[in-house]
Amino acid sequence: MSLLKVTGLTKKFGKFTALNGVNLEVNAGEVLGFIGPNGAGKSTTIRVLLGILKATDGEVKLFDMDAWQDAVDIHKRVAYVPGDVNLWPNLTGGEVIDLFIKLNGTGNKSKREELIAKFDLDPSKKCRTYSKGNRQKVALIAAFSSDADLFILDEPTSGLDPLMEKVFQECVLEVKRQGKSVLLSSHILSEVEKLCDRVSIIRQGRIIESGTLSELRHLTRTQMLVDTKRPITDLHDLNGVHAIEGSEHGVAFQVDTAEMDAVIRHISPFGITRLECAPPTLEDLFMRHYEGEKDTGGVR
Amino acid sequence: MAGNHLAKTAFLSKFIFRLDRLRIPIWVLSLTFFTIIVPVALEGLYSSEQERDGMAQTMANPAMTAMTGPADLSNYTIGVMTAHQMLLMTAVVTGLMSILLVTRHTRADEEEGRLEMLRSLTVGRLSYLNASLLVVSAACIGLALINGFGLYALGIESMDLEGSLLYGAALGATGLFFAGVTAVFAQASDSSRGTIGYSISFLLLSYLFRAITDISNESLSWLSPLAWVTKAEVYDSNNWRPIILMAAAAMVLFAAANYLNAIRDLDRGFLPSRPGKKYASRFLQSPIGLALRLQRTGIISWAIGMFVLGASYGSVLGDLESFFADNDAMKKLLKPTEGLTLVEQFIPMLMIVISLLATVPPVMAMNKLRGEEKKERVVHLLSRAVSRSRLLGSYFVISVLNGLLMISLAALGLWSAGDAVVEGGLSFGMIFEAALSYYPAMLVMISLAVFLTGFLPRFTGFIWLYVLYSFVVLYLGGLFQFSDWVGSLSPFGHVPQTPIEEFSVFPLLLLCLIAGGLAIAGLIGFNRREIE
Repeated sequence: MSLLKVTGLTKKFGKFTALNGVNLEVNAGEVLGFIGPNGAGKSTTIRVLLGILKATDGEVKLFDMDAWQDAVDIHKRVAYVPGDVNLWPNLTGGEVIDLFIKLNGTGNKSKREELIAKFDLDPSKKCRTYSKGNRQKVALIAAFSSDADLFILDEPTSGLDPLMEKVFQECVLEVKRQGKSVLLSSHILSEVEKLCDRVSIIRQGRIIESGTLSELRHLTRTQMLVDTKRPITDLHDLNGVHAIEGSEHGVAFQVDTAEMDAVIRHISPFGITRLECAPPTLEDLFMRHYEGEKDTGGVR
Repeated sequence: MAGNHLAKTAFLSKFIFRLDRLRIPIWVLSLTFFTIIVPVALEGLYSSEQERDGMAQTMANPAMTAMTGPADLSNYTIGVMTAHQMLLMTAVVTGLMSILLVTRHTRADEEEGRLEMLRSLTVGRLSYLNASLLVVSAACIGLALINGFGLYALGIESMDLEGSLLYGAALGATGLFFAGVTAVFAQASDSSRGTIGYSISFLLLSYLFRAITDISNESLSWLSPLAWVTKAEVYDSNNWRPIILMAAAAMVLFAAANYLNAIRDLDRGFLPSRPGKKYASRFLQSPIGLALRLQRTGIISWAIGMFVLGASYGSVLGDLESFFADNDAMKKLLKPTEGLTLVEQFIPMLMIVISLLATVPPVMAMNKLRGEEKKERVVHLLSRAVSRSRLLGSYFVISVLNGLLMISLAALGLWSAGDAVVEGGLSFGMIFEAALSYYPAMLVMISLAVFLTGFLPRFTGFIWLYVLYSFVVLYLGGLFQFSDWVGSLSPFGHVPQTPIEEFSVFPLLLLCLIAGGLAIAGLIGFNRREIE
């Protein structure tokens, strides 16, 4: 069952098209990674989901309700953490957390205390004195203290230190265990790899890739380092081999995952003495799409 | 060693002056402007000795002494009159200038982390503090000289060179003194808000203490630095000693600030910052509670201000008859009506000013919603189970009640002071009827702000032009002899001017209907439009 379904979402600001036919789906109990470079349209999409911006075209449904029309009913079941958390300078963190929990409609006092301790936040300080990371903590504590069914998190860890990132990841995994859903927008790929079941990649207002991580890995390259008794010949002529570099330890190159078998067959007769493989990362995938942009010379 | 602590002070002074190259001249020039125009205006209004003595009589009551300080009323020349009515107020504003400028370049820069960056360079520990004090001192000295020579240049008989220079020096010394006070509080408090708060409290307490002691025990009022300004007796006996005392006290404060700065760590203060509440009170946990909490300080300050405004108008009502009897210029402002006392004729004109001023805080309260939107803080509410109608409604309700509170407090102040000084007392009902007649017009202004928030959010600031228009057209309309339609473009132009005019319900009902229509339209617009 899908909690969130976006079909053909287009959003124009005047003549500028910010989103162009975006499709997204988050199912119950699923964590969807929503990744893309800055300015790709992640935050705009999320603002449409929250009924703050109105879709120019397309259908945006959360819990089978319309994001714009039924915003208040939808928000009773949604917890949102913005990427840039602006708070009221003269209220304390504790006051803001209580206010947010109350306005969410549902919330849990003991959960609040537990999370304040986990995230190591001093709730008696005024928001004026908080750093970016601390302001994000305030929003995260309020969100994870609520009994929401869908968590919409917009780059929630951009100001957190690695220790706090880990706490955040535990929180996401815990709500996932409870069968809740998360839409996690991010450009930190390691985080997405750890937490997400599926990934949608957005660039220039379009979804360019969508699928489970293993599906997407077919599109990635594996980094290899090979040393052989005799020098490898004809490596250049093989399909799917890129970025060949010779070094004193051997030859380093990238292989399209789909061509792996043919490449290994080609090199094994040369007598392999050393073979190192780095698994494909989302980072590579990401970089390849950037390369794609360069290759086409920026033609849109 | 001392040289090391002050390394690059001159360079930093130039840098600070570069940052404030508009701010400081604007302060100095506007303070000068308001100083210079007053004696010119007074000379026009009170050209004969008889008129000046009439004014002196008006001023001869404790309420006026509390407001402006004592003066030699038996020798009430244009010079003495200017110094009496303007010097203390201008000095208070000069103090405010120093407080804001010094905070900006001491604690505020430190709080924002800019000082840390500078201190990592080849800049002495005390350089930035002294650079900002140097810049503000230069501003104060400039202010003193420009005002001094400017007043003398007017060529008014009773305003000689010595008195004029003393007038300027009194302003400059007050500026220096409060620069010192602020510099000390900037070391004591650990936030710029705290620094401004403590310094302004000190300024207001000095003023209040002086007001009370000037009436009860004049020698005790020496304890208030603001009293030194009036004790200089500018254009009268020209006593320089209090001003020298003020400048010397400023130097002591500068030294104290330097000492405190030298012995403390960056980002620390001497006064402990109180830990805030860990939990939100029940009251805070709703959109309306939040909005009220955010506006609390503003509402309280405006409420006090409106009461004081009403009371100060009320305190002059007693001497109105003698004041107007000999004054042709003021007579033009009033259209004489049979069967009414001068006070009663004066009330509607006062009410226009009071109601327009009382319109400012509720319109600010309404525009605050747009401000919250621009700061991306309404998103926190709208992404939760809060509807747009509830959000807008909260601000609207606060604004409407705010307006009622402001106009009522001003009327209460006017009545309570007026009742005490007017022979035979003032009718409470008459004052409140006159004041509340303007409430529907205020509602139109508030609703217009709602309408702009809903449909033209980028133009919410334009409401102030309309308020200003109303003020110019209706308050000064009598002098300029505008046609009637000019005034009727403002909602305030449709209010029956009781007690001069017959009270009538119809225009007020119409204004209420317009207000309601605008508010509903604004609500619809706000629900339809996108949030930034």
